[in-house]
Amino acid sequence: MILLYGLLAFMIIGAIIAIETKDLLSSVISVGAMGLALSIIFLILGAPDLAIVQVVVEVVALIMLLRLVVEREDVTIAHRYRYGEVFSTAVGLVFFGIFIVFASLAYRGMPEFGNPVFRVSEMYIRDGFSVSRAANLVTAILLDFRAYDTLGEATVIFVSIVGALVILRKKGRISDERDDTDR
Amino acid sequence: MNGMTLIVKTITRLVLGFIIVFAANIVLYGHITPGGGFAGGVMLACAIILLILAFGKKTALDIVGEKALSAWDSIGALGFLSIALIGFSGGFFFTNFIMRGTPLRLISGGTVMWSNIAIGIKVSACLVAVFIALVMFRLEHKR
Repeated sequence: MILLYGLLAFMIIGAIIAIETKDLLSSVISVGAMGLALSIIFLILGAPDLAIVQVVVEVVALIMLLRLVVEREDVTIAHRYRYGEVFSTAVGLVFFGIFIVFASLAYRGMPEFGNPVFRVSEMYIRDGFSVSRAANLVTAILLDFRAYDTLGEATVIFVSIVGALVILRKKGRISDERDDTDR
Repeated sequence: MNGMTLIVKTITRLVLGFIIVFAANIVLYGHITPGGGFAGGVMLACAIILLILAFGKKTALDIVGEKALSAWDSIGALGFLSIALIGFSGGFFFTNFIMRGTPLRLISGGTVMWSNIAIGIKVSACLVAVFIALVMFRLEHKR
């Protein structure tokens, strides 16, 4: 449990550094360190599926961000604190304190850590193996009991990637055509 | 974007097959061991991204082109959807229509393994396509 809290503190410090640092490259690297700590937390809590996904996705995202950052010329962000920003930071801290108070009040009514709210998950744990015959219960829930959810996620990924490809490709094509006509 | 040095190319040649085999293992045994279609697909995408980074844009895009990537993406998505639609033969959307088989063997769990394979193909093609879109097209635009 101490290791868990230590990793959580590491993640919070990494997140603050990622937001506050002036150098874009070190910001990207601290985001990567945060993802690594998150994957170790998943391993400690006994979720190897999530840990594998977290590590692998973090690696791919880090490679993409590094490629994009290294290609940019203006990697540093000039930023100075002014009077108005100090005021807005103070207001934000006050509201954060109010949020903490109400969240701690709400936390008492929540079920204990590791005890799910929904009764259906008890059914999954009890009957999941005998019904689906898949030894990995997480995959059985994702692709057998709740496959409709997974279909929705796959559709979201598909549409977003098609959209990204269309937008980015069109830009390149227009500039290429202009270059051609200029010649 | 040109390739990297000879050291990186040689190590990529040595390691790439192992990465792809491990990704296939994660996808195929997703219903028995931790992992699954998404994780294995991202690992496969990692292997192809390594290929692109080490050997440069031209060599890698001759092996995995843009059109092939969008085709594989669509094949994965349509495969998953068709598994869902064939479920109507058993009565409902997403019915597990295949025989369940014995647990803890490769052929078990009915449609779960085939869904994993479809999702793995889809996710790997997706991530490589997004990498190419974000990195390559922008570099082309700059030149």
